[in-house]
Amino acid sequence: MGRINISAVSKRFETAQATVTALDNVNLAVEEKEIVTLVGASGCGKSTLLNLIAGFDTPTAGQVLVDGMAVRGPGPDRGVVFQQTALFPWLTVEDNIGFGLSLQANRGKGDRRQVVERMLQRTGLAAFRERRPAELSGGMRQRAAIASVLAINPSTLLMDEPFGALDALTRSIMQDFLLEIWEEQRKTVVLVTHDIDEAIYLADKTVVMTAHPGRVSEVIEVNLPRPRKYEMRSTEPFIALRDHVTDIVRAEALKGTTMADAH
Amino acid sequence: MVTVERTTTVPSQLGTAARSGRQRRLGLALQYAIFPVAVLVVWQICGEAGFVRRNVFPPPTDVVTVWYDLVTGFTDAATRYSGTWADHAWASTWRVFVGFGWGVTLGIFVGLVIGLSRVMERVLDPTIQVLRNIPVTAWVPLSLVFFGIGNGPAIFLIGLGAFFPAAINTTHGVRQINITLYKAARMMGANERELLLRVILPAALPSILTGVRLSMGIAWVLVVVAEILAVRSGLGYLLNDAYLFYRNDVVIAAMLSIGLLGFFSDRIVVLVRDMLLVWNDRETFGGEN
Repeated sequence: MGRINISAVSKRFETAQATVTALDNVNLAVEEKEIVTLVGASGCGKSTLLNLIAGFDTPTAGQVLVDGMAVRGPGPDRGVVFQQTALFPWLTVEDNIGFGLSLQANRGKGDRRQVVERMLQRTGLAAFRERRPAELSGGMRQRAAIASVLAINPSTLLMDEPFGALDALTRSIMQDFLLEIWEEQRKTVVLVTHDIDEAIYLADKTVVMTAHPGRVSEVIEVNLPRPRKYEMRSTEPFIALRDHVTDIVRAEALKGTTMADAH
Repeated sequence: MVTVERTTTVPSQLGTAARSGRQRRLGLALQYAIFPVAVLVVWQICGEAGFVRRNVFPPPTDVVTVWYDLVTGFTDAATRYSGTWADHAWASTWRVFVGFGWGVTLGIFVGLVIGLSRVMERVLDPTIQVLRNIPVTAWVPLSLVFFGIGNGPAIFLIGLGAFFPAAINTTHGVRQINITLYKAARMMGANERELLLRVILPAALPSILTGVRLSMGIAWVLVVVAEILAVRSGLGYLLNDAYLFYRNDVVIAAMLSIGLLGFFSDRIVVLVRDMLLVWNDRETFGGEN
């Protein structure tokens, strides 16, 4: 469960002035239980691609298959973690985590109280169960948001710059938290980020994308041993991978600015 | 020894705490009281000084005297109006709540429909925006023609006035819902009903209740208009009738009664709002101390 096949996908947005090609003939395969990160300069279509997998949007051409089935809208098999944490401000932390399981669509997916309890323990939010999102720190909010998605037990986690709004320290703690969860539950993860270190540190495969139009420039196998450790970031192979990805992304970003200058 | 020590120290500490607490409460009471008391004093002085005739601009003491008789009927200071207050107040309050009830219910419903559907916005919104700009008082002649003299036009006018703020604020509330919350609920598998009841309504509630509060204010304005023109009971009728009989003390007592009832109605709405929106006060300014 959680195998994703993207074949010849293009996505164009019509605006009043022009047609923007956000994705142009993108092909990508994500294996079951694999962590794939999408990285690239802004405007490279990485979030668009994630939205297509999530089913919030439909491709202009090509196909997005999840477990062999064409995506027809969002569903609880693909849990989405948003950058702007999707917690209901009027619900407490525990009610937010239990929200998904209280829906008709998820009847019989497990005892809600038990799952919520387990998630609260797992995320270290047990002491804050009665709090509302506004009373939590950014890191706690994102942990609660991840817990609320994990509670419905999706086979795939789609994460759109999930740690982008956090400070550097909290972000690295959250990365390790995500990896721990993954070691336990082994879900397919597709994660969009603009942080190259994050993209490599988490991934089995890092997909480097380029903009105008959005294309897959290179798919890099990250052969660092698991479980990943923070210290790996200063090892030779990690640095080599990072420099390589940085080169592609930077060249692309520079091309973007010179193009803008030429206009 | 230990018990003795305890009994000697604790009361003295309590005493200090109680004193400073009492002082604080006294300070607060002063902050609340200073302005209304000042207004009353100035008003009384103006009345006593004789700038204008006492029955043209009666001072607070005269108003209170006549108000007391209006309510109780004991002194006959209000003559033909003596003891009628409760009937008038009830008539007005009843009209306000019935009119407010249908206006707000329909307003929230229409607001939701427009907020949720661009098609319905194109169908309904232009008409509403035009009708909204017709002062509700301009509906008086037609409503008299259609409903005659009595509760009919009053309840129609009040409901009409209450409808617009409820509808417009509900639409606004639905439109400003955080799209991420909506997407998250859909992703988790929420059906249309769950989306409406568990995401859209609660998220739009602060805005809806702002509209409801405005509606309540307008309802009290319109009940007076309606009672002056179309009904023979209620505080608005009392006010107008007393004006015709040159009883300005009764007029002012009726005005203040309307003000107080309006105030308490607003408090009820605020109370309900605060009960429903415990979550909403975390990230707002709220004012300095």
